[in-house]
Amino acid sequence: MGTKRQFRIWRGDENGGDLQDYTVEVNEGEVVLDIIHRLQATDAPDLACRWNCKAGKCGSCSMEINGMPKLGCMTRMSTFTEDETVTVTPLRTFPVIRDLVTDVSFNYEKARETPAFAPPADVAPGDYRMQQVDVERSQEFRKCIECFLCQTVCHVVRDHEENKQAFSGPRYFIRAAELDMHPLDARTDRKEYAQAEQGLGFCNITKCCTEVCPEHIKITDNGIIPMKERVVDRRYDPLVWLGSKIFRRGETPQTSVTTARQGSATPPSTSRGGTHSHAGGSHDPHAEAQAQSGVNWHREVPHPTAPAVDDRGRLPLTELTFDRAAAPSPFGDDVTFPLPPEHLNFAHPEQDDKH
Amino acid sequence: MTTTTRIERHHYDVVVIGAGGAGLRAAIEARLAGKKTAIISKSLFGKAHTVMAEGGAAAAMGNVNSRDSWQVHFRDTMRGGKFLNNFRMAELHAKESPQRIWELETYGALFDRTKDGKISQRNFGGHEYPRLAHVGDRTGLELIRTLQQKIVSLQQEDHREFGSYDARIKVFSETTITELLLDGDRIAGAFGYYRESGEFILFEAPAVVLATGGVGRSYKVTSNSWEYTGDGHALALRAGATLINMEFLQFHPTGMVWPPSVKGILVTESVRGDGGVLKNSDGKRFMFDYVPDVFRKQYAETEEEADRWYTDPDNNRRPPELLPRDEVARAINSEVKAGRGSPAGGVFLDIASRRSSDEIRRRLPSMYHQFKELADVDITAEPMEVGPTCHYVMGGVEVDPDSGAAFGHVRGLFAAGEVSGGMHGSNRLGGNSLSDLLVFGKRAGGHAASYADGLDARPKVGVDAVEAAVETALAPLQRDTGESPYVLQQDLQAVMGDLVGIIRREGELADALGRLAELRERVAKVSAAGGRRYNPGWHLALDLRNMLVVSECTAKAALERQESRGGHTREDYPAMEPKWRQVNLVCALDGDTVRLTRKPLPKMRAELIGLFDRAELAKYLTDEELAEFDALAEEAGN
Repeated sequence: MGTKRQFRIWRGDENGGDLQDYTVEVNEGEVVLDIIHRLQATDAPDLACRWNCKAGKCGSCSMEINGMPKLGCMTRMSTFTEDETVTVTPLRTFPVIRDLVTDVSFNYEKARETPAFAPPADVAPGDYRMQQVDVERSQEFRKCIECFLCQTVCHVVRDHEENKQAFSGPRYFIRAAELDMHPLDARTDRKEYAQAEQGLGFCNITKCCTEVCPEHIKITDNGIIPMKERVVDRRYDPLVWLGSKIFRRGETPQTSVTTARQGSATPPSTSRGGTHSHAGGSHDPHAEAQAQSGVNWHREVPHPTAPAVDDRGRLPLTELTFDRAAAPSPFGDDVTFPLPPEHLNFAHPEQDDKH
Repeated sequence: MTTTTRIERHHYDVVVIGAGGAGLRAAIEARLAGKKTAIISKSLFGKAHTVMAEGGAAAAMGNVNSRDSWQVHFRDTMRGGKFLNNFRMAELHAKESPQRIWELETYGALFDRTKDGKISQRNFGGHEYPRLAHVGDRTGLELIRTLQQKIVSLQQEDHREFGSYDARIKVFSETTITELLLDGDRIAGAFGYYRESGEFILFEAPAVVLATGGVGRSYKVTSNSWEYTGDGHALALRAGATLINMEFLQFHPTGMVWPPSVKGILVTESVRGDGGVLKNSDGKRFMFDYVPDVFRKQYAETEEEADRWYTDPDNNRRPPELLPRDEVARAINSEVKAGRGSPAGGVFLDIASRRSSDEIRRRLPSMYHQFKELADVDITAEPMEVGPTCHYVMGGVEVDPDSGAAFGHVRGLFAAGEVSGGMHGSNRLGGNSLSDLLVFGKRAGGHAASYADGLDARPKVGVDAVEAAVETALAPLQRDTGESPYVLQQDLQAVMGDLVGIIRREGELADALGRLAELRERVAKVSAAGGRRYNPGWHLALDLRNMLVVSECTAKAALERQESRGGHTREDYPAMEPKWRQVNLVCALDGDTVRLTRKPLPKMRAELIGLFDRAELAKYLTDEELAEFDALAEEAGN
């Protein structure tokens, strides 16, 4: 009952290789990994491919099938038409060892750098008490089978070897998120760690990782975005960002988008709050509330700030000392225009006259 | 040999072969004891077969039913193993598993919870009370991930202290050990190769813990991954250790039989624990016809009573779908042979008509997901087609129950998990394997560490032995006249599946032994095409000789044991024979041949045997043993 199908499989090693054509029998109900196994048993006994459980539980047989990162054991042949050539290549983001096997040690290095669970100091084994509803959030991320499909698809590292140093990838963002949401984890700096050490800021939420996840973990919506929202602090204020770039130091006087009273009086603890900021990252609860109800036309124009100049009365900045090739945007490189309306604080010049 | 062989050398105190639950737990213990520890993983770190365990880890914590205790758990385990278990292992297991589970929480595990915030426990076949700590139906994954992350956290400690993550515990992933090296009768090291590069690697270490799992790849229909080639069993034999109970293999009653690509994949018992029932092609719920006398008292006789049990387990007896696995497997086999099977040669497992779609998806999320993705079958809408599949080997390295040290004439060798034998007797209860890994993994790791401490001088690795190991490993690559390893594996699987499968007969077993001898000749001449770099054909060629010797043990022991018990069913000897309960069959290697000897089972201590009803014991014990029991009872009464 089998039919002959066309396969193109990448064969080679770190010195190069190419796609080789195979004609192979395919039976009803089979998956791509079955075909790889048939090839091993017939035409290509030394075809290298990782696999273990063949049930979508171990995450070993990750490969790129017709360009899409997938598990070989979870890709049914019935999803292709009979005359379709199936192209199988190794994961693109990691160095090839041989054929479909890649060196995924990048992931294990990042795993080692992520601080482990910190048990609560004063709770004895057996005395851990948690509610189901509280463990479920972390449990979603613990479903991860470490197939690294999210890692290979992520464009931050997919074609950017240079980002691998600073970027841990979606798998380790959800590890941080999982620990952050663990009801009894004793560490409180998980998201700050993700931002500072794992390169969470590189992620611009294209959701490719969520799309390829065979466990259907909502990596972006439930892991990355909540963490991003909660690490939003002064670093996302464009003026502060520019100031810190100019002065090359972390602490600069905060420029408030509202009044000095509201802005600078905000205690640092509220910046740990869990809500998404609509008020330009001010974390002022009042401004936040206003921002969420729409554009606030009555907010005060920022007070002018003196330019940050050096002893000689000049900006301490030259092309040579700056870390970008061209002049920076005065608004910060992470701000694009037009600004979303809720970030505006434009006050109409006649607004007071009319009321 | 013209090629110069480079061998990477490492020195460790404890080498753990296998990176599943038992291996990782052993390594953690050895490292905590201050030993420099290596973990050898045939796959990538964290991919072990342990991830396949779905149901949970059995531990008498009493969170759901406070009447549960280690004594009840012990009783269930012995009952499940048909009293052939090593009682001391069953006792240690029942006593220590709650601590091992709680310990996992301090490593970061997140089990499902009860209303009062404790670890939730679920019902499972053969367990009197809800006892399995679980995480949905992916408990094995949680266990592996937790242990993996604990090892990472130990590495982080070492990094802070010594500046290197690998200072005291290192994972050698995708590495296979082909030979244990001895100095006299003491373990001196282990030899193997990196799968990725094909380069050789030599560990010099006084203590080795085997945690290599099982032997399922010798069978055609199996839930086991390619790694399960009986490496640890064979390494132990060749090092002078012994194997026991090799005739007992567990065939999981409900593996998928359709579609063909996923034949063998397990459908967790929880499907039955949560209300799923088995039906034949006539639509009859047939398990009521297969309740053996020994279990008659604990199981419902009518469908009405069985159905009441799900909500009121205190006042009703359990449904017969929850009989021990071997009984269910045998029942399915009989139905299929009687022509009442499903189109694909199994029976129907139906939960769709018994629970709401939402409830099924909530209680069995990954089961639902698995069937939907792999087979495009919606288990909330239609019944599944299931049948017996080779799942677990009860037999394994004969060990000292307390330390996990291998018997036979070798010192410094320890074993834990599926590769060790005795704990489960003739049949393992579902859920007991995950707790077995933790309890005996910890013990083996700890005792390996103290054994290494107690040595005056480190055993030395002989040059000859290393050269021989290199030669053996390279041989398949240097031959081009032999057969393909894939063909040989298929032939071996056919012999084992057809002749040493779930139902066995004397003639077929004798036939199997003849065929295995033929296969041995062919395997000795196997050749593998290609080079040393990540060459699966070569790897299989090297695994074959392990699969072969272990298969010989199973076939020999199966032929010898003239009774049916647990995971060993003889059509020509269908009854359980109390005389045979007193005997363990022990396999050892004598040169190249497997030698079988009989050994009396250790005798249960008085306070343990006193936990059982006399009526129950009468089904298992000989008259002399019963008389002894009566004398004990009388003594206690006075």
